[in-house]
Amino acid sequence: MAIAFTVNGEAKRVEASETATLLDVLRNHLGLMGTRYGCGLEQCGSCMVLVDGQPAYACTREVGTVADRKVTTIEGLGTPAKPHPLQRAFLDEQAGQCGYCLSGIVMSAKALLDRNPTPSRGDIVAALDRHLCRCGAHQRILRAVERAAQAMSNGGPA
Amino acid sequence: MNARPLPASLVDNPRLDRWIHFQPDRTVRIATGKVEMGQGVVTAIGQIAAEELDLPLDRVVVLSGDTTNGPDELYTTSSLSVEVSGSSVRLVCAEVRAKALERAALRLNCSRDDLTVVDGQFMQNGAATGQNYWTVAGEIDLTQAATGTAPVKPASAYRVVGSSVPRLDLPAKLSGAAFVHDVLPKDVLHARTLRQPNRGATLASLDEAAIRRAAKGELQIVREANFVAFVSPIESVVQAAAAAAPAHAKWDNARRLEPAQQEAAWLKGQPSDDRRIGTWPAPATPPKRPAQITVSRPYIAHASMSPSCALAEFRDGHLTVRSHGQGMHPLRKNLAPVLGLRVEAITAQHLHGAGCYGHNGADDAALDAALVAMRIPNRWIRLQWRREEEFGFEPVGPAMLVTLHVDLDECGRPADWTTEIWSPTHVQRPGSGSGYLLASEALPNPPTEIAPFDPSEERGGGGTRNAVPLYDVPAHRILHHLVMHPPVRTSALRGLGALPNVFAIESLIDDLAARAGEDPVAYRLSILSEPRARRLVELVAERAGWASRGPSGAGRGLGLAVARYKNRAAYAAVVAAVTVQETVKVDRVWCVADAGLVVNPDGARNQLEGGIVQAVSWTLKEQVKLDAGGIASRDWESYPILRFSEVPEMQVEFVDGAGNPTLGVGECTVGPTAAAIGNAVNHALGVRICDMPLTRERIMAALLKT
Repeated sequence: MAIAFTVNGEAKRVEASETATLLDVLRNHLGLMGTRYGCGLEQCGSCMVLVDGQPAYACTREVGTVADRKVTTIEGLGTPAKPHPLQRAFLDEQAGQCGYCLSGIVMSAKALLDRNPTPSRGDIVAALDRHLCRCGAHQRILRAVERAAQAMSNGGPA
Repeated sequence: MNARPLPASLVDNPRLDRWIHFQPDRTVRIATGKVEMGQGVVTAIGQIAAEELDLPLDRVVVLSGDTTNGPDELYTTSSLSVEVSGSSVRLVCAEVRAKALERAALRLNCSRDDLTVVDGQFMQNGAATGQNYWTVAGEIDLTQAATGTAPVKPASAYRVVGSSVPRLDLPAKLSGAAFVHDVLPKDVLHARTLRQPNRGATLASLDEAAIRRAAKGELQIVREANFVAFVSPIESVVQAAAAAAPAHAKWDNARRLEPAQQEAAWLKGQPSDDRRIGTWPAPATPPKRPAQITVSRPYIAHASMSPSCALAEFRDGHLTVRSHGQGMHPLRKNLAPVLGLRVEAITAQHLHGAGCYGHNGADDAALDAALVAMRIPNRWIRLQWRREEEFGFEPVGPAMLVTLHVDLDECGRPADWTTEIWSPTHVQRPGSGSGYLLASEALPNPPTEIAPFDPSEERGGGGTRNAVPLYDVPAHRILHHLVMHPPVRTSALRGLGALPNVFAIESLIDDLAARAGEDPVAYRLSILSEPRARRLVELVAERAGWASRGPSGAGRGLGLAVARYKNRAAYAAVVAAVTVQETVKVDRVWCVADAGLVVNPDGARNQLEGGIVQAVSWTLKEQVKLDAGGIASRDWESYPILRFSEVPEMQVEFVDGAGNPTLGVGECTVGPTAAAIGNAVNHALGVRICDMPLTRERIMAALLKT
């Protein structure tokens, strides 16, 4: 059936089963490959996107439940040429190794900064604790989110 | 000028054009056989090339892992990429630079010495000559073999090497498609497998109709003996088929495992290939002041964030494979005999995957994809493993048991030292170890089993890696029991045997210091004459405020450990601060490392940090559990790893390279970190826990004993 929702500010209409996962639809119907499959079990966070601004596991979220909602993926934040302050901060801190976990983490960080522009280190840890990183870039990632918060509170776009 | 000894990679790939190619868009393509796995090697290689050629970094394009245009440098392993590939690229670029200047001098009718290179432009007396690499490139014979005779830049002149250039691969990874998983060629077919549970298991029946019902879509089932793959243009269809398949498959000859086999203790007494290493001096009989320790580490998983994935296409008799494996030349050599193709009929290209810490499922997924591609030619096949398949079928890091027996002199220093190690093999890489690409065991004529073996001592050993203590020990011997029939497939995982061996050595050293009534740092320095290691111990102790270390048994602990990876790569000294209340929390880690010339300091620090975090995770939390059918830890709940809330603060630094050559850093922190934690827990509790992981149950048991 046809399901209509907004992705990264653009109205989309996809032909898919209501029970198809949002991850499948994003990657295979809309070609948005920045949202990644890690486990399919809501255990690793590699697939995290925002649905109406709230973090959601795309690997299990049925696409029927996002009808008429706003979905944001990493592609909706910025590009290498024009990065979002969070992406800029992750690059400035070189916060990552393999990078597979990063798009999901950045989305959770975006949701955090949207609701709390001046988070403490503890707030950031709590917001990211459902994400796994196997390469051990955690401390850099935490610093990057702090740096982004700083940059955004100094007048950058939210 | 005398030729310097050439790095192994340059001996194997002498032609300059295997390494360097001037492109019409005024860039230079540098090829390396080593691949990017998130460790920053592509950036570091690019820096070395830019430096030697006097080019801005953005004129250098690094091609990594390509069988058509790049050198064969075997696998990306053993912390050797910058040491071996980097030094090859340095010599090649120096030689090509010299040749280019020679050509330009001829054109300009001047002496080569009159010319300098600024941003790729050739200058004479500070003025542009109109000549540059690209104007003379056509006149340089790059088919020649490298001689290694061209002068290389002195380190004092470096401007790109030694600077923390941002990683070239990171921007794409932060904004969208970046991995092999993200490539969808036109008309691609998705594929998943049903795995043979173990070598020798045979598929008695497969209810294909039931699987098709579950798949709910166009589905092709590829079967060849005990290899099964599900193929469809729609990814969710193959996902559903693969999820349903195990329940509809009956296997004969599936093995049954016992839970005890998951423990390192099981290794002792199993059939083993025993080797004596070292000179085996006659021991003092009977020992005058004996001391001993036994430590263990269980099987551990790579647990990469992405399941393995590969693309393959068979067209006009030629197979193209795109993989995130650690070596593309080895991959095609390993694929060829299984597929019945000539090596030249296969092209293998590296694309990014999630972090790779050793021999994981990447190569196996490449064979899976290739097998499907051969059966369904002229279409790209994208085969991805399932999460439970990744955990259940990737090779695991071997369990190990290490016992040290020492005899002390009258001052309480080790005078005689015997190491006894029980371990399955650490390398079952197809082609270079005693293993095979996984699916080849499911095909009609599985390869005959080879008795397992470990990497040679010259290559750093496997179970024996770092078994030789760095300390001054007059008599030392190693007895290595290579356990022949482990319950699971084992292979290389970051550090190989270094972690258990350094854990054993550094735990014993702390115990011996306590027995002598001395501070562990002072005791270490009294038997450590290696100047680079001494310096690190002193520095890290200072950074961590070791002098004000509190009393033992107070629930908080500070522990130190030091090692030189493989006793020939980078040195690292680590102090861990822990709090122990039922569980161990590593609060802070200080690390000082000596890697000689560091090409990219921030990138290398990232490697030190990553090794520390992974070692904390292994030491505190990780064990691959088994059930009757095989590996039972098949998701992140049954195989928990360190989380954001558990990661320590870290302070890592390199000492000045002091003119020493580059030493590989990727694995140097894992052993010292594990051992520093063990020593810190011992300090916090007043009792030593010798078996990893240091879980709540083990802590409670240890506390009950006190």
